[in-house]
Amino acid sequence: MRARPPPGDLTLKNSGFPTVSLDKDQVQHIAMLARLRLADDEFAETVDKLSRIVDFVDQLQAAPTDDVRPMAHPLNQSQRLRPDRITEADDRDHVQQNAPAVADGLYLVPKVIE
Amino acid sequence: MTELHRLTLTELARGLDGGDFSSVEITEALLARIAAHDEGLNAFITVMSEQALAAATKADADRSAGKAGPLCGLPIAHKDIFCTRDVLTTCGSRMLENFVSPYDATIVERLAGAGAVVLGKTNMDEFAMGSSNETSYFGPVRNPWDLERSPGGSSGGSAASVAARLSPAATATDTGGSIRQPAALTNTVGIKPTYGRVSRYGMIAFASSLDQAGVITRTAADAALLLGVMAGYDERDSTSIDHPVPDYVGGIEDSLDGLRVGIVRQHFDAGLDDRCGEAVREAIAALEKLGATISVVDLPNLDYCVPTYYVVAPAECSSNLSRFDGVRFGHRADDPQDLLDLYCRSRGEGFGAEVKRRIMTGTYVLSAGYYDAYYLKAQKVRQLISEDFKNAFKDVDIIAGPTTPTPAFKLGDKTDDPITMYLNDIYTIGANLAGLPAISIPCGMVDKLPIGLHLVGPHWSEESLLCTSHRYQQETDWHTQCPEAYR
Repeated sequence: MRARPPPGDLTLKNSGFPTVSLDKDQVQHIAMLARLRLADDEFAETVDKLSRIVDFVDQLQAAPTDDVRPMAHPLNQSQRLRPDRITEADDRDHVQQNAPAVADGLYLVPKVIE
Repeated sequence: MTELHRLTLTELARGLDGGDFSSVEITEALLARIAAHDEGLNAFITVMSEQALAAATKADADRSAGKAGPLCGLPIAHKDIFCTRDVLTTCGSRMLENFVSPYDATIVERLAGAGAVVLGKTNMDEFAMGSSNETSYFGPVRNPWDLERSPGGSSGGSAASVAARLSPAATATDTGGSIRQPAALTNTVGIKPTYGRVSRYGMIAFASSLDQAGVITRTAADAALLLGVMAGYDERDSTSIDHPVPDYVGGIEDSLDGLRVGIVRQHFDAGLDDRCGEAVREAIAALEKLGATISVVDLPNLDYCVPTYYVVAPAECSSNLSRFDGVRFGHRADDPQDLLDLYCRSRGEGFGAEVKRRIMTGTYVLSAGYYDAYYLKAQKVRQLISEDFKNAFKDVDIIAGPTTPTPAFKLGDKTDDPITMYLNDIYTIGANLAGLPAISIPCGMVDKLPIGLHLVGPHWSEESLLCTSHRYQQETDWHTQCPEAYR
């Protein structure tokens, strides 16, 4: 099985099967999805190394997995749920000592609404 | 008193019990060794001299008062991935360069509760992503056996600190081999327990379905001592499994008579250094002399382990590391123009190159149009790999083989090609994918560099792995060898 042609900015250079190695635009788009600004001098290396990684993992396509159940937990267990009750004490001031910018117990970020 | 660094945890415990020395004396001796040797090794990110001496003083008082816990006054180090209350917790990253944890990880709490004295926080690959310790923001750790070489990773600081006798034991974590590979490359013992055996609460997450905490020590007996305290259910970790914890120390002398040991056909294929293979075969022959029977098993999907891992682990990493946004904690870029700029630059500056590559690989394999082809596919192959182990464990109790394909490599040797670095974990990754416990123990020297014997067992078989390792260590002396400069 090969990857389906993806939508959006990850469009393929050729129709049909995707080219596995990534190009500059794709890497730029992935970086944006991941909220990562890459410096100019690290960009070329990232394109090269990411392409090698994607090429490498592409060998999985050859594995016969028809009718195989995907494994999300290493012991095939399902996630335990817990009652929704408060168990932790309010430790806000202590926790916020790690925050880059706070005021009146609130986290400060650049203006979001004009 | 100058010899205290030579003693194992078990020996130190005996000496403390007998009143031969105090915890303060041990702690002072080891802090002095760290001060003398760590500049060349870079095994520690933070040395906790004051806290360690205070804890040792309290331990000595507790012992006098007849209130000694199982680890009372015994020194350890923590990998800097574990949150330690009011102590710097960096995870080897610029992102957390100034992060002072507001709480303790469960294992930090349990070990302290048992009386352990924490000497400091050890260096590691950034966010545990690496196999050589070269991705640490705080610089690479050097291998005590050859300072030009890597101690392995990601728990390279923990391994180097134990190998150089700066600490008799250190906690560590293993997502694809990060306990066992550095243990093999530094002549130490490293155990990764069954997934869910040890709480992950307060252990900074890399890949949640693979990460597991363990220890690096000099002997299997010491590993048993620590694991007994660390293991067990924790309601604060939703992936912790409620399964009884056996007496690891009590079971360690059991006989190996009738133990069925499997050798994996595919392990001795091309890629394994011949001399490493020879040493591993000798170690397996030693197990046979101890009463084990040896047979050959197949892991037909072994070659898929590394590519499966490099889809699953980055996918989970990209999700876990989204919490680092420059808002609540961690690095924040100067003068952000807007919220998007704040996120992108804080993360771009705070993370190193390997972490960014893994986040991006994960983002790619999870993105629309690629999810089925990569992530879902990898989860299916993971099931196949897990089935292979299940089938093998129908015929054998333990699988034995090499921990790494070669002894320690030179710093800088594998940094150009990520795939070469990734393939270093070919023998260890399967245990993480299948959630199995595994241990690496010293089993030989190649060109004066140590190598490891890797033992993998079925789920919850830590007791048998520790016992097998202990019996092997009773008959061999590889684990007692120490690099000359650190004796």
